[in-house]
Amino acid sequence: MRTDDLIRAISADAARRSPPLRAAWWAAAAVSLAVAAVAFFILLGPRADIALAAETPRFLFKFLVTGLLAASAFALLRLLARPGAPVSRAAPLLALAPLLLAAAVAVELAIVPADDYAVRLIGTNLAVCLFFIPVIGAVPLAVFLAALRYGAPTRPTLAGAVAGLAAGGLAATFYAAHCTDDSPLFVATWYSLAIAGLACVGALAAPLVARW
Amino acid sequence: MAGSDEAVLAGLLRSAIAGDERDYARFLERTAAIVRGFARRRTADGGVDPEDIVQETLLAIHLKRHTWIADAPVLPWVYAIARFKIIDAYRRRGRRVEIDLDDVVETLAQPEPDRVSERDVGRALDTLAPGQRGVVAAITVEGRSIGETARRLGMTETAVRVALHRGLAAIARRFGRD
Repeated sequence: MRTDDLIRAISADAARRSPPLRAAWWAAAAVSLAVAAVAFFILLGPRADIALAAETPRFLFKFLVTGLLAASAFALLRLLARPGAPVSRAAPLLALAPLLLAAAVAVELAIVPADDYAVRLIGTNLAVCLFFIPVIGAVPLAVFLAALRYGAPTRPTLAGAVAGLAAGGLAATFYAAHCTDDSPLFVATWYSLAIAGLACVGALAAPLVARW
Repeated sequence: MAGSDEAVLAGLLRSAIAGDERDYARFLERTAAIVRGFARRRTADGGVDPEDIVQETLLAIHLKRHTWIADAPVLPWVYAIARFKIIDAYRRRGRRVEIDLDDVVETLAQPEPDRVSERDVGRALDTLAPGQRGVVAAITVEGRSIGETARRLGMTETAVRVALHRGLAAIARRFGRD
């Protein structure tokens, strides 16, 4: 086929418009937030002593670090869906949440007696954490992958992993309100592991789902 | 040079996204020339036909034009899409080396003239459903307008436009599969 013939056919299709990618991302954010909230309140609900917990810095810190991860991963994900977007300029943002968490772990190790490390690391409900963060994050991940499919990711594996981080950060932000283990030692280990699971699923699924 | 290309292309693409067919054709012609040079440099070792890359890139640009935002530069967007399509072409090539031996012999015996690709787009056209193939072939190979195609095939113009859009999307999807 001659390229000029193809150009004629494509330009004849100019009237056919599709909504901007920006709109798809806002829809994806709204849907995934709503689904995660509903899943959280149906499956788990907040912990009984949440009013008391809300006065402790360790409890509040969990929301800071998971919320920051969700927001920074979402911002990077949007760039990864656009060919030629300035990804490398925004990528360092993704390091903020892990750095903050690492600093919190260092502080925790300094102020807590060494005999308590193991108790705080293992916590009381790590199986619940490892199960429910991926469960709450599953639909948000699917929604982000669908938005990625509408976009044009030139690095689909990376984009899928970042989609998993965004979905995992979102799920962990809700889960943190249920979880009674507030030590950064617990969060850095088990939350990270659960979120990494979603990132792996995203990295494997995106090249298949978001082909273009 | 690059600066003026950038400004002109951005203006044409903005107008095209608003629905202007002529500006869209101008944009695609200029973009095709840019991608052709880029693809020739990157496929100098042979194995991949640069004109295939040009056509796949134009189709991808069309189907993903909503990923360009009006205040972002056009050329980095175009080059990123073209680079992705080149990598994709080599990846597919690697997967079917033994089948390609015949194609290579054919290419050596009969060098393709400029700006023509009989390989992927043409082949993908043959795999379309008959309705879509008739419409896409009338507009591309036979060079007919939407109106002429509608009259000739006894369809409404809207039906022709729908079949054209679906046909182009189906051709673009086929590339990644063979």
